[in-house]
Amino acid sequence: MTAYLITNVSVVGGPPTDLLIRDGVVAETGAGLTDPEAAVIDGTGLVALPGLVDLHTHLREPGREDAETVDSGSRAAALGGYTAVCAMANTSPVADTAGVVEQVWRLGRQAGLVDVQPIGAVTVGLAGERLAELGAMADSAARVRIFSDDGHCVADPKLMRRALEYVKAFDGIIAQHAEEPRLTEGAQMHEGEVSTRLGLTGWPAVAEEAIIARDVLLAEHVGSRLHVCHVSTAGSVEVLRQAKARGVRVTAEVTPHHLLLTDEVVAGRGEQASPGLSPDWSPTASYDPVFKVNPPLRTGTDVAALRTALAEGVIDVVATDHAPHAVEDKECEWAYARPGMLGLETALSIALDVLGPQWDLIADRMSRTPARIAGLDGHGLDPAPGVPANLTLVDPAARRVIEPAELASRSRNTPYARMTLPGRIVATFLRGEPTVLDGKAVK
Amino acid sequence: MIRHLLSGADLDADTATQILDTAAEMATVAGREVKKLPALRGRTVVNLFYEDSTRTRISFEAAAKRLSADVINFSAKGSSVTKGESLKDTALTLQAMGADAVVVRHPASGAPHRLANWVDGSVVNAGDGTHEHPTQALLDAYTMRARLGRLAGLHVAIVGDVLHSRVARSNVLLLSTLGAKVTLVGPPTLIPVDWAARAGVGSVATDADPGTDVCYDLDAVLPGVDVVMMLRVQRERMNDSYFPSAREYARRYGLDGPRMRRLPEHAIVMHPGPMNRGMEITPEVADSPRSTIVEQVANGVSVRMAVLYLLLGGNNR
Repeated sequence: MTAYLITNVSVVGGPPTDLLIRDGVVAETGAGLTDPEAAVIDGTGLVALPGLVDLHTHLREPGREDAETVDSGSRAAALGGYTAVCAMANTSPVADTAGVVEQVWRLGRQAGLVDVQPIGAVTVGLAGERLAELGAMADSAARVRIFSDDGHCVADPKLMRRALEYVKAFDGIIAQHAEEPRLTEGAQMHEGEVSTRLGLTGWPAVAEEAIIARDVLLAEHVGSRLHVCHVSTAGSVEVLRQAKARGVRVTAEVTPHHLLLTDEVVAGRGEQASPGLSPDWSPTASYDPVFKVNPPLRTGTDVAALRTALAEGVIDVVATDHAPHAVEDKECEWAYARPGMLGLETALSIALDVLGPQWDLIADRMSRTPARIAGLDGHGLDPAPGVPANLTLVDPAARRVIEPAELASRSRNTPYARMTLPGRIVATFLRGEPTVLDGKAVK
Repeated sequence: MIRHLLSGADLDADTATQILDTAAEMATVAGREVKKLPALRGRTVVNLFYEDSTRTRISFEAAAKRLSADVINFSAKGSSVTKGESLKDTALTLQAMGADAVVVRHPASGAPHRLANWVDGSVVNAGDGTHEHPTQALLDAYTMRARLGRLAGLHVAIVGDVLHSRVARSNVLLLSTLGAKVTLVGPPTLIPVDWAARAGVGSVATDADPGTDVCYDLDAVLPGVDVVMMLRVQRERMNDSYFPSAREYARRYGLDGPRMRRLPEHAIVMHPGPMNRGMEITPEVADSPRSTIVEQVANGVSVRMAVLYLLLGGNNR
């Protein structure tokens, strides 16, 4: 195992120092380190962060290997600075048994680029009718702790209550896709002025807020842990703020795209798409399904509220909801396109764009807190002597133009095509082994 | 001239007026013994219909044929489309066949906008989902102008299922551009929430909908309007809690004889068709002298002739 000496690097925004990585851990830190056997990486101008952890990734394997595989998604993750990703359960077959979660977990180990932690389905086949064998998934080699029907809401309140209660036996957590299905039948985009103008069926904010309000009350009642996926509205933030103030054990995530883009992009308008968005960027056309996502892009008011909530900690985590889709599922009519966007390779850049160089905040929201929520030991720890060397090096001064064809994902459905974004991942280490060097995946 | 006609918003006042004026010239052709002009000889117009709409398709077909264009009718029913061909592949096929214009009707909002990315020819939106139907708005404006002599300053009530109506959306945009005031009338469940939020505020002119307001009370609106446009109510809305029953809808929002007599003397009654007689409009009203419903059909051909003529470079400037 090669040792690596990273010189003159800022650890989470601190003063420049050296990091010696040996035998899978950070062996030493401090100025002027030497190790004749170590490969030297000049860290001047770079920032070392604990390896990023994504609570919400769709790797599509098994079932849609044409859109993404565990291997290709792992590569995209490493290039985005991630050392661990939680793989959502809506594969085909659904990850609702010990067999499927173990398969995904093993594929992750084979790829060897990030730790792939499977998420198990809450209900059999994501059908929302009866509980999947949550205990069997928890006891499997994959050691599942997060359960989610993501893509579908666990809409039945009794089933949601039982799920929240049941997983307490193994310190599990239910990650809810908050969408009241009766309020979103046929929904295509955020219900508001733009949906009216474009004649697309609206997805009202209240469909998310009503479920979150119900679920925080259920979690409070049974004393369980609830995690809310992809929070997208200002109203949801207020519900979470009140619940947290009461001490409810609830955590929440926001996606990079909900922090940056608004529903105006669906109308082909870039100038109003986001506060602070590169002024030279705009969508090439209206009704481009690359901007179709669930929950949908919301308004500027929502974007502002989400940013504030993330900074304040009302929202705990940035999670990508990386959702690869084959070309034919996006190059079609809006209503027929599948919802979802790529996110792994651009998430840190979006965070940097939105939050600025607040490295401690970024480390917290993208590594430490998600690692703690997922129970991933060895991840989410700042580089320090004795700590597993799961870390990434960022060049904050770099600016890059996003080119879909250059992404490592098998799919091309990034909403940021042609956008100039700050920051570039220079290197990523997983337990002391580089997965990315010089901005390129090592395998 | 614009390249595509996808939305009422594509038309500024000058362009819209030019289309209406051209349509008036085209209308004179219909009175001739030989109803044909050579303007588009050698040009190909494809009618690409993903929804059954016999009246719109034959209106466009008649318009193109009166201009001597070659017309190809491509119906999605029983074609490669039902075998799963994508819109893009269909577009590339039409492109390869040299379509100069594609007239598209599609159940998905925005499908004509997608199509316009993939073909070089002009795309005319002949109705997309619950979005727009701009030639319907043009023929409605033409009809109003023909009957009432002007558009600027007219007060138009659009009554019914505004939420799902492409006719309403295109009319709101075009009529506002041409200086008419629009009041949307219907049960609150069938008015888009962002428009409804401003109901009762009076005039709510914005960039998105200049000079448009909302009222839930048809009887309050009728005495002050020059035009009342009744929208078709789809039967399937009845089973989705938009209103309790067809009878209750008809009582509150249907246009019958007594209501018609509350209109000003000069006011006209319009309907884009096809009508649900007895639901949103009674036969007495539909067949009355105030009704322009049959004229709308005739004017539709003239307006579509004007649109095809102008889009296909009939006046390359």
